[in-house]
Amino acid sequence: MLDGLRTYRMISVMWIRSTMAYRASFAMTTLGNFTATAFDFVAILLMFSRVDALGGYTLPEIAFLYGLSSVAFGLADLCLGSMERLGRRVRDGTLDTLLVRPAPVLAQMAADQFGLRRLGRVTQGTMVLVYALATVDIDWTALKLLLMPVMILSGAGIFAAVFVAGAAFQFVAQDASEVQNAFTYGGTTLLQYPPTVFATELVRGVTFVLPLSFVNWLPATYVLGRPIPLGLPQWVAFLSPLVAAGCCALAGLAWRAGLRSYRSTGS
Amino acid sequence: MVDGADAGFIELDRVEKVFEVRKKSGFMKRERREVRAVDSISFRVARGEMVGYIGPNGAGKSTTIKMLTGILAPSGGRLSVAGIDPSRERRHLAHRIGVVFGQRTTLWWDLPLIDSYKLMHRMYRIPDARYRQNLDRLVELLDLADLLDVPVRQLSLGQRMRGDIAAALLHDPDVLYLDEPTIGLDVISKARVREFLREVNTERGTTVLLTTHDLQDIEQLCSRVMVIDHGRLMYDGPLAGLHEAGDSERTLVVDLERELPPIEVEGARVVKVEGPRQWLAFPAGTSAAPLVARIAAEYPMVDLSVREPDIEAVIAKMYAEKAAT
Amino acid sequence: MDSGRLYLAVGVGGFRRYATYRAATAAGIFTNTVFGLILVYTYTALWDQRPQLGGYDLAQAVTYVWVGQSLFKTLANGGGGVEGELMERIRTGDIAVDLYRPADLQLWWLAADLGRSVFELLARGVPPFVLGALMFDLALPTDATTWLAFLVAVVLAMLVSFGIRYLMALSAFWLLDGTGVAQMVMFVGWFCSGMILPLNVFPGLLGEVVRALPWSALLQAPADVLLGQADALGTYAFQLLWAVLLLAAGRLVQGMATRRVVVQGG
Repeated sequence: MLDGLRTYRMISVMWIRSTMAYRASFAMTTLGNFTATAFDFVAILLMFSRVDALGGYTLPEIAFLYGLSSVAFGLADLCLGSMERLGRRVRDGTLDTLLVRPAPVLAQMAADQFGLRRLGRVTQGTMVLVYALATVDIDWTALKLLLMPVMILSGAGIFAAVFVAGAAFQFVAQDASEVQNAFTYGGTTLLQYPPTVFATELVRGVTFVLPLSFVNWLPATYVLGRPIPLGLPQWVAFLSPLVAAGCCALAGLAWRAGLRSYRSTGS
Repeated sequence: MVDGADAGFIELDRVEKVFEVRKKSGFMKRERREVRAVDSISFRVARGEMVGYIGPNGAGKSTTIKMLTGILAPSGGRLSVAGIDPSRERRHLAHRIGVVFGQRTTLWWDLPLIDSYKLMHRMYRIPDARYRQNLDRLVELLDLADLLDVPVRQLSLGQRMRGDIAAALLHDPDVLYLDEPTIGLDVISKARVREFLREVNTERGTTVLLTTHDLQDIEQLCSRVMVIDHGRLMYDGPLAGLHEAGDSERTLVVDLERELPPIEVEGARVVKVEGPRQWLAFPAGTSAAPLVARIAAEYPMVDLSVREPDIEAVIAKMYAEKAAT
Repeated sequence: MDSGRLYLAVGVGGFRRYATYRAATAAGIFTNTVFGLILVYTYTALWDQRPQLGGYDLAQAVTYVWVGQSLFKTLANGGGGVEGELMERIRTGDIAVDLYRPADLQLWWLAADLGRSVFELLARGVPPFVLGALMFDLALPTDATTWLAFLVAVVLAMLVSFGIRYLMALSAFWLLDGTGVAQMVMFVGWFCSGMILPLNVFPGLLGEVVRALPWSALLQAPADVLLGQADALGTYAFQLLWAVLLLAAGRLVQGMATRRVVVQGG
C-alpha cells in the first residue's frame, strides 16, 4: 500500500513537472477542460431560465448537488482517470513494461500521464458549489458542516472505485471500455439532478446496486433538510465513508482478479 | 567451476504454459483448443553465463521470457531466478533483473530520456552515489550524452535501443534479458550493442539471456545456445554443436571457367548446376579451405563464395529428424 | 464513372472498418441508452413544469432525446469520426502521401466518413432508438413520407457534420497541438447541436443565435422534421446552405494547406 503511494507520487510528480514546463499549453488545456465540463451547468442555467424548479428543487439546491457531484468526480478523475487506458495497454502489449518494474501495477497505471488539466472540472465544480453555499438556505449544524468535506472525499472514493473496477473489467474485455463511461460520466450527470426527478427503480438501483447515491444524494438531502430518497432513515446520510471504503475494497479485489487473469492467460 | 546456487542461477524445471484459444467454427459456435506454448522445458543457466535462446516465430521464446520476468504465471513446473519464484515475487525479483524488449520500450514515451532514468533511480531505490556512477558510465559507453533531454518518442530506433539498455542496467541487475535487442538496427548499431553486451557480461558478471532471430548475435556473443521449437527444447549446448546436431550444411558456390559435368570431390556433394556455376554442400562444422584447395587442384575455378545455413533451416531439419525417429 | 466507383469503394471500406469493432459498438449502445434514460427523466421533470416548452409536448421531447442518442455516433457529435485519423496523418506528415493520390482529398475523406456514418446509423442508431421506443411512449409519425423526409434530413446532417469536422481537422496544418482546439470545438458543437437541451428551448437572443448556427442542422433539424415541427423543405434549405458553405470553406482551406505542404516540403 505504502509502496503504491510512493510509486504514485514519484510518477505523477514527474508528469506534473513535465506539464508545467509548457505553461501556455497547460493553461489552454485546463481552460478547455473547465469549459467543456461547465457546459453541463450552463444547460441547467438555461433550463432555469424557463422554469423555477426541477423535481421540486430550486436552482441553488441543484447547484449544491451539481457542485458536490462535479468536485467528487473531478477529484477521482484527476487521481485515477488514467486507469481507463488499461484496455489500450493490454492490446498493444505495453502493460508488460509495467510488470517488469518493482512497483505495483495499479499505482503505475493511475499515475501514468497524470492529467493536471483535469483540475478544470474540479474548479468549475467548486465555483458552482460556492455559489450554492452562498445562496441556499441551509440550517447549519456542526454535524452538517462536518459532513461537507466527508461527502466530497467519500464521493471521490466511490467514483475512484468505479474507475478501478472499470479498468479491471478491461482486462477481460478491452474493447468494451466505453461501458465504464456509462457509469462514470453517466453517474456524475445523474447526480447533478435531484433524486425526485428519476423513477424509483433507478434510484433504488443507484443506491443498493451501484451505490452512487452515497456520493451526494443521500448526504446532501440531509444537509438541505429535504426528505431522504426512498424514505430511508436519516442516518444513512452518514454512511458515505463506509460505502466508499467498501467500494474501494471491492474494486481492489476486482483489480487483483483482473491482473491475475492477465498473468495467467497472457491477454 | 560453478556449483551450488550459482550453477542454477536461472533454473527451469519441466515448465509448461498452456493457452486456451477460442476460434469461431460456425455462426455462433466457438471451438476451444489448447495451445502448448511451452511444453515441459528444463534448463539451468549458471551465474555469469551469456546464453542464446533461439527458435522460429511462435516457438515459445517470448512466453519463456515472460515467465522468467514474472509477467506470466506458468501452467506447470517450477521456475527460479536468483532463488526467487518470478510469478510469486514479481516485485522482489524486479530489483534483480533488467529487461530490454526489442519491440517495445521500457522508457516513458513522452518524457525526456533523463526523466526516465530519474524515475528509475527512485523506483529501484538505487543509492545516489551508485546511480550517479552507473548513469555516467552508461551514458559514456552508450553515447547518450546528447540524447538525455530528448523525449523518447523523438529518438531513432537505434538511439532508443541504447536508451533501453542503459535503463535495464542502471540498477546493476544480476540478470539481463534481451528480447530481440538488435531488431531493425543498422550494421554499425548492431556491432556497438554487441560489443557493449560482451563488456557487461565479462566485466560485471551479469548473466545474460538473449533471444534473437539474428544468428550473428549468437555467434558473436554466446558460447551456449538453446533452441526452442513448438514449445520444446530441441538443443542445449555449444553453437558449433548446433550445426552438427542439425546435420546442417554450408554451401560452396563455385564459378568454373566453363560448363562442366558435376564436380566430384571428397567431402562435398553437388546439389545444383547452372551453366558454369555449381553449388556444393558440405558439413557445417568443417572448414571450407581444404575443400576449395581440392577443387582448385582439379578444376578451372574462376570465383567462389560460401553460404551459411540459416537458423530456421537448421531447426527445421532438426525437428524433422526428431519427428522421424 | 471511374472516380465514382473509387469513392464508393472508399465508402464501403469506411463502413467495413468500423463494423469490426463489435464489442465497442455494444458498449456504445449501452452508454447511449443510459444517457438517454437520464435525459428522459430530466426532461419529464422540465416539461412537468412547462408542458409546451419549446413547442414540444412531453412525448415529443422524449422522442427528441432518443433521436439525439441515436444520431450521436453517426454525426460524430462527440468526435469519433474520420477527423481523428485525418488529424493524425497531418501531424505525422503521412498526409503528403494522400495529397499525391489521384483523388480529391476532401471527397476521399467525405466518402470514408459517409461509410462510417451509415454503419453507425445502423449499428449505434437503430438499437437505442428501438430500446427507447419500447421503454417510453414516443411521438412517432405513422406515415412513411415523414420517415423518408427524416432520413433525407439525416443524410444532409451527415454532410454538414463532415463539413464542420473537416475544417477542424485541417486546423492541424497550422496549429501545433490541434487537439486542444479540436476538443473545444467538439464540446461547443456537442452543446450547440442540442444534445443536452433542445435548441428550441434556448431563451431569447441566445436561442435565435444557436438555431442559426450550423450545429443546428445536425440534430435539431432532422428531429423537427420527424416530429412534424418543421417544414421539411425549409429545413433542407437550411441544411444545404450550411453544407455548401462548410464544404466550400473546406476546399478553400484545403487549397491553402496543400500549397503550404508543397512549399514547405511536409
